[in-house]
Amino acid sequence: MYRYDEFDAAFVRQRVEQFRNQVGRRISGELTEDEFKPLRLMNGLYLQLHAYMLRIAIPYGTLNSHQLHKLADVATKYDRGYAHFTTRQNVQYNWPTLSDTPDILAELAEVDMHAIQTSGNCIRNVTTDHFAGAAHDEIADPRVYAEIIRQWSSLHPEFSFLPRKFKIAINGARKDRAAIRVHDIGLQLVETKDGGVGFDVYIGGGQGRTPMIGKLVAEAVAEADILNYLEAVLRVYNRYGRRDNKYKARIKILVHETGLEQLQADIAEEYALAKSSLLDVPQTEIDRINAYFAMPELRTDKVGADALARLRVQNAGFSRWVSRNTHAHKVDDHVSVTISLKPVGGVPGDATDAQMHLVADLASRYGYDEIRVSHEQNLVLPHVAKGDLLTIYEALVEADLAEANVGLVTDIIACPGLDYCALANARSIPIAQAISNRLGDPARQQEIGPVTLNISGCINACGHHHVGHIGILGVDKKGEELYQLTLGGAADEHTSIGTILGRGFDAEELIDAVELVLDTYLGLRLNKDEIFIEAYRRVGPQPFKDALYPNGKQAA
Amino acid sequence: MFVITGNRLLDGGVVFLAPALAWVEDIQLARRYESDKNAREVVASLGEVVVSLDIIPVAYDDEGVVQPLRLRERIRVGGPTVNPFEGIHLERSHTGKPS
Repeated sequence: MYRYDEFDAAFVRQRVEQFRNQVGRRISGELTEDEFKPLRLMNGLYLQLHAYMLRIAIPYGTLNSHQLHKLADVATKYDRGYAHFTTRQNVQYNWPTLSDTPDILAELAEVDMHAIQTSGNCIRNVTTDHFAGAAHDEIADPRVYAEIIRQWSSLHPEFSFLPRKFKIAINGARKDRAAIRVHDIGLQLVETKDGGVGFDVYIGGGQGRTPMIGKLVAEAVAEADILNYLEAVLRVYNRYGRRDNKYKARIKILVHETGLEQLQADIAEEYALAKSSLLDVPQTEIDRINAYFAMPELRTDKVGADALARLRVQNAGFSRWVSRNTHAHKVDDHVSVTISLKPVGGVPGDATDAQMHLVADLASRYGYDEIRVSHEQNLVLPHVAKGDLLTIYEALVEADLAEANVGLVTDIIACPGLDYCALANARSIPIAQAISNRLGDPARQQEIGPVTLNISGCINACGHHHVGHIGILGVDKKGEELYQLTLGGAADEHTSIGTILGRGFDAEELIDAVELVLDTYLGLRLNKDEIFIEAYRRVGPQPFKDALYPNGKQAA
Repeated sequence: MFVITGNRLLDGGVVFLAPALAWVEDIQLARRYESDKNAREVVASLGEVVVSLDIIPVAYDDEGVVQPLRLRERIRVGGPTVNPFEGIHLERSHTGKPS
């Protein structure tokens, strides 16, 4: 993986000392809260309901074992023994003190980590496919370009005060595992006619109160030109994006209000100015960064791979876990392993310090020292020999990390919601727990099959409810928590925004309603191979509305 | 009826304004204001050891205990309603020991 060079390391250390000084001046009273707030936010420090929250960037969701051990140590030493992995492949601590934060950041700098650009109206952490570099269906490794974009966007002087925050996602496989069509910019790596790689560029996707699907604005932009093209898009957005209204400030609104054709012309004009400038990405730099992301020297393990089938016959739980939680690798005798952070009844995305240490140890012993965070809030060991799977599984079972539910109904994406978040209107975590407990029986989950269920505690949609096959949005209705159900969302190469079915439900009714939706699906699917979203697309919302609102009371 | 609340600057902890301008963690000890106009005047005079100041409506419940009217504030008073892992309690902090 990419390692900081001298410049990166010196810069991050300098930033920690700056922040230490700023915190000192705040505590002494030299800085007012109004003066200090933007400074702390620039270093990832929010004030939530009960305490501060520190958000640490995990560039494109990639960690090594030293970094994960450090995240665990920080949880032990400065927090309450756990951390929360987010839908942006980042990590959050819920209980740091203001005075400890400079020390936390100094410790993180020791392992090439920081909290810069995890807040504010700037370009945020670039996210990507959690199987990058390992997936069998990959066109090119997106991490290389994510790193190039990270370097370009870090403290970019022109783009530090954009109209609003800006999120870029990049996908290198044929299947979209990075939800690129619901990002401000989504980049899809493609093969070009000359045998190289280029980028299809989508702009104006996003969730929040106005969900929109990104529009294809350019096809097969050359590797060397990608920063020029991004620079052009950002300049157009920076100039024309609406700063008068926070709710209309994202680029999706600009795309919607300006129209794609005009915007393409504006971008083309800027692109002509930017092209062939200093931002051309030299092949030597692409090659240099590529070397950081080279496939590790995988050991050959044909015997172990051959033994897997026999071991699976002997152990049904292990077999189920292998089916659900492993993903095909570029190399036959290896797989990528997803470690579910969704134990039945647990808090989606939370991990204890002990669990983080264990995953780091497994990565260093069996996983070529690589760990990923997925935007579904799970952890991934991207390269694992099939012969090591049983050992890993047994270690995970001991740590309550072996839930065989990846892609199933209990693999729920959920934001922290009103239990922690100052912006939330309703709680998300208890809803996730109740659904998970209701439907967590392995046979029941298996029967229901692949389905995504995403929960947000407010319209900002951190829990990706718009693009869940089943989406749940918590709202505040006259002081009470109410939950709206949406169906038919998807965040992959067939991205769609879910449809609100009708009036909302209170928390208790909601769990019954979700189960009724799933039972309705089971009753109408053509066969077991027709998964939830396919059945929904075939029949539309009506059968589900009929089941949920038998008397036609659909008005919200 | 209203009380004044905020988060302590140093650790973000939830506190309430008690008589004699003391900040306390227990909402039952908070000074109660009949109108938010009175509370606003007090807030305007406060220093900055507590941030994110707010005036919240409260009422006595059947047992005479002060309760915030809004769920958000009830959660601020009581802490997260979910307890992610055994052994994690609101009073636990900075133990320096692995869970």
